[in-house]
Amino acid sequence: MSDSSCCKNCQPASIGKKVIMALSGLVLAGFVFGHMIGNLTVFKGAAAINEYAEFLHAHPGLIWSARTVLIISVIAHIWSGVLLTIENRIARAGGPAVEVTRRASLSSRTMPYSGVIILAFIIFHLLHYTFRTIALGGQEFGPNVYGMIVAGFSQPAVAVFYIASMILLCLHLSHGISSVFQTLGLRNERWRGRLDVLATLYGWVIALGFISIPLAVLLGRLK
Amino acid sequence: MVKPSEQSSHDSERTLALRLRVWRQLRGGEGHFEEYSLAAVPVSASFLEMMDMLNEQLIREGKDTVAFDHDCREGICGMCSMTINGMPHGPIPGVTTCQLHMRNFRDGETITVEPWRARAFPVLKDLAVNRSAFDKVIQAGGFITVRTGSATEANNTLIPKPIADEAMDAAECIGCGACVASCKNGSAMLFVGAKINHLNILPQGQPERERRTLAMVKTMDDAGFGNCTNYGECQAHCPKGITLDVIAKLNRDYLRARVKEFFSSTGKARKGGE
Ligand code: HEM
Ligand code: SF4
Ligand code: FES
Repeated sequence: MSDSSCCKNCQPASIGKKVIMALSGLVLAGFVFGHMIGNLTVFKGAAAINEYAEFLHAHPGLIWSARTVLIISVIAHIWSGVLLTIENRIARAGGPAVEVTRRASLSSRTMPYSGVIILAFIIFHLLHYTFRTIALGGQEFGPNVYGMIVAGFSQPAVAVFYIASMILLCLHLSHGISSVFQTLGLRNERWRGRLDVLATLYGWVIALGFISIPLAVLLGRLK
Repeated sequence: MVKPSEQSSHDSERTLALRLRVWRQLRGGEGHFEEYSLAAVPVSASFLEMMDMLNEQLIREGKDTVAFDHDCREGICGMCSMTINGMPHGPIPGVTTCQLHMRNFRDGETITVEPWRARAFPVLKDLAVNRSAFDKVIQAGGFITVRTGSATEANNTLIPKPIADEAMDAAECIGCGACVASCKNGSAMLFVGAKINHLNILPQGQPERERRTLAMVKTMDDAGFGNCTNYGECQAHCPKGITLDVIAKLNRDYLRARVKEFFSSTGKARKGGE
């Protein structure tokens, strides 16, 4: 270890960081799908979603295994994302005076920004519905998750923030999912277009699934 | 590209008056844009010939000429590094700066000419950058080790046509560095991917496949190139049509090499074991 900079030595190589990014992203992308499906039980009525929530709370082993994997994934994803972004800024050395983009998509160019806003959203969301400390007007809901959701989204500002965040998640996923295949070496010119479509589709399914709930509350369909 | 036969005689006589914004920088200096006017540029001139005209004009005025790299002027050496109006090798896809003709520009146009911009390619002077980082990557693994002087019968090593074609496609890379210059991350993955694919898929490249892949990626990282985030700008600017496929395959080969290295056998029993 002649290199004096420790960071360079304990850091994985560029492709290693990308693989960490891809695998942790894949875990998160899988999670949001499951979470969305679970949330949609709200449309089956108060009893259904309250039962679902009760089931989760009754199985702390299940919930904490999932949480552990998610926390590790989020930390790994942010850590590698921050390193990649900083290193790439330095490597570009300011870039040319005239900046031309022939192909890079909007979603690819905004990954760090959509990512940071999603992180802010995750923090807000946890404080809102997991710890129930903000934006609920100090009300106690206990096991009435349905009532909590309706009360939460009855404030238009909160509902709009959720909707906007989900659109950014859609943007993040529409580049991210296709990127995963490339990073793991499972993409070629024949499949690139198809995987891009698949990724965008996945992003929209996730986003629209989540958005349907605050939207339904805003439109008075859920009360 | 307009084929010579399609050019009217009128077209070949046409000339342009241009305004040029050219990056000037002395070794170790800061660098800035300088503006020049250049008249009577024939549309049949190549971009480099136009730069030669500018330098002749500067010599006549007793000024310092613009330094730029060039060699073959026929699109095969990869030396002619210039970012033209923000595009490495200029506006026509699949064409190097030396093969770019002035008929692709408008009369009275202002053209901005810059060097490749990347931390791993420091500017030497004006438009010339130091691309030794690419040489170091090649020295780390862009070769096969063979005994010379005892050539075997070529047909002993059979190579299926599709594999030969794929290797040839990858070998088209001329090491120009436009991929790095166009990448918003200053990443060299298209170049390294092309070089690794060229050798890793051929039978002759097998013995050193893992060592090559790990060494070239390590050298690439150490040289200060950025990390690929799958923008795809490199493919869109590569004058030789190298595709992102080589990056996917580089990623795959790198993973394979890491796994093989991790689980490699030491040939000995565990210390203290039986
Ligand atoms: C916590 C805040 C987040 C930040 C700061 C963040 C940031 C980033 C960055 C910088 C990239 C790299 C872009 C690239 O290499 O193309 C990335 C990729 C990715 N992100 Fe996120 N992200 C966040 C949250 C999420 C979430 C919640 C998900 C899943 C729903 C996700 C899924 C992905 C995927 C699948 C990739 C692609 C990995 C690859 O390049 O192979 N991210 N993220
Ligand atoms: S991959 Fe293309 S752009 Fe990059 S060095 Fe090779 S020829 Fe030039
Ligand atoms: S001068 Fe050789 S490729 Fe342009």
